Amino acid sequence: MDILSVKDLRVQFDTPYGVVRPIDGINFDIRKGEVFGLIGESGCGKTLTALSILRLISPPGKITSGSILFNGKDILVMNEKSLRDIRGSKISMVFQEPASAFNPVFTIGYQISEAITAHNPMAAWKVKDIVMKFLRKAQIPDSHKVYADYPHQLSGGMKQRAMIAMALANSPQLLILDEPTTALDVTTQAQILELLEEIIKRENLSVLFISHDFGIIAKMCDRVAVMNKGKIVEFGDTKMVIGRPKDPYTIALLESVKALA
Amino acid sequence: MILAKCENVRKEFPIKRGYLQDTIGAVKAVDGVSLTINKGEAFGLVGESGCGKTTLGRIILGVIKPDAGSVELKTTKLQAVFQDPYNSLDPKMRVCDILAEGLVLKANVTGRMTPIREKVREALDLVKLPESALMKFPHQFSGGERQRIAIARAIITEPEFIVCDEPVSSLDVTIQLEILNLLKDFRRKLGITYLFISHDLRVVKYMCDRLAVMRQGRIVEEGDVDNVYNRPSHPYTKLLLSSILSVGLIGQ
Ligand SMILES: Nc1ncnc2c1ncn2[C@@H]1O[C@H](COP(=O)(O)OP(=O)(O)O)[C@@H](O)[C@H]1O
Ligand SMILES: Nc1ncnc2c1ncn2[C@@H]1O[C@H](COP(=O)(O)OP(=O)(O)O)[C@@H](O)[C@H]1O
Ligand SMILES: [Mg+2]
Ligand SMILES: [Mg+2]
Repeated sequence: MDILSVKDLRVQFDTPYGVVRPIDGINFDIRKGEVFGLIGESGCGKTLTALSILRLISPPGKITSGSILFNGKDILVMNEKSLRDIRGSKISMVFQEPASAFNPVFTIGYQISEAITAHNPMAAWKVKDIVMKFLRKAQIPDSHKVYADYPHQLSGGMKQRAMIAMALANSPQLLILDEPTTALDVTTQAQILELLEEIIKRENLSVLFISHDFGIIAKMCDRVAVMNKGKIVEFGDTKMVIGRPKDPYTIALLESVKALA
Repeated sequence: MILAKCENVRKEFPIKRGYLQDTIGAVKAVDGVSLTINKGEAFGLVGESGCGKTTLGRIILGVIKPDAGSVELKTTKLQAVFQDPYNSLDPKMRVCDILAEGLVLKANVTGRMTPIREKVREALDLVKLPESALMKFPHQFSGGERQRIAIARAIITEPEFIVCDEPVSSLDVTIQLEILNLLKDFRRKLGITYLFISHDLRVVKYMCDRLAVMRQGRIVEEGDVDNVYNRPSHPYTKLLLSSILSVGLIGQ
């Protein structure tokens, strides 16, 4: 059973220099309970794919064709009300730059509370309990302090944990992780990946895991799609794609990765 | 033969806070570092962000003065290549002028004009960029191409020693490899010595003969790359190594 099914998705930007098509007819399905990887080099269209799923492409960009079925319903033709129900609730996203995902002028606790009550209005004392629960789920050691902290008071790794807590707070069915560790040091990255692995398993989440790093994909993903210049050039079981790549681009990419192993 | 030698180098920066920018403490960016770099070798300096790599590199380059300790350089022909090819090239200058600039400065010093045009072409050729690049501006190039321009600008002055500070960190992996191979080539062809700074152990392993692992301003382990990689002795080195993910992990 597929939780998400992307068919012939195309995104186009009208720029002063002409039309660009950063997503040029892609297809993929994410099965319920699997971690699906999307790998490619910078600018190939990974983030735009994620934003398309949440219908967050803004002008001059537009989705020109395709469908994105979430539990069988096409996100691209949904009304605003159903869309609000999906964004940040049934589908939530963790960004590469935790700094840009949080508003600098509000505390972490306030922002996670807002994310919860936007979908599920409730009393303040109740929501605080829930926020604390998710901060602990993200294994934030000093959760009371972090609740009252402003984003800039947290280290990169701690900010990303808070971001993960916020993404989990509405019990999403699909979690989109867009390069969640790219901005972090390697030892912090290892800790965050371990946390994500554990949460994904425990909550039995379906995940779209975006990365430019084959090492991370190998560790985290059941299946993977390789993206190049707006197209998916190869996909399959992670083991198969890494062990026996078929597409010339995948082969070239893996060769570079292995040379540096 | 030793090309560069640091002894017990220290550098602190004040930590300032608040509206009045009161100094509330000091960060020991480099906290008593000694190392030697031999002529012709590629010496790696590896560690996580904020551990003091850039500060140490700048001290060795002579850009900043250490608070204590000494730096001895056996050459004046040194150059630097930095992480961000977007910021290190003047956006208003054409590539030909960017490359010629270093040469002209040098010609003034030695009091003799070299055939600049020839040299510029040669440098461009060394970094494998076409001649059509000469009349373009930095923004007309990709990140990898810009890093080639930065490298050409360094190479053109015929340096003996280049400090590379995270030269491939902002590049895609296929481009990283191209740039690393280029730098490796110069070592063979031109006998250049490198101090190669990176947060990525894989990159250092690919490039270097010896390395030092830095943490919180100190060097915690130093040695031949293969030795450190295969038999790390410090717990922090072990942690760094165990954090590396490789495609080889698949199926484990
Ligand atoms: N506002 C925009 N205008 C024009 N092109 C854009 C815009 N936003 C993104 N793009 C282009 O879309 C492509 C894909 O971007 P993105 O999805 O962010 O790549 P990735 O996440 O894989 O690095 C890039 O080549 C980028 O230049
Ligand atoms: N000009 C400066 N003023 C104040 N602090 C600095 C300055 N340069 C570096 N630092 C501090 O010194 C430490 C080491 O920095 P740096 O040498 O840039 O580390 P790395 O290159 O390993 O990331 C960091 O804590 C950094 O914040
Ligand atoms: Mg992206
Ligand atoms: Mg640095």
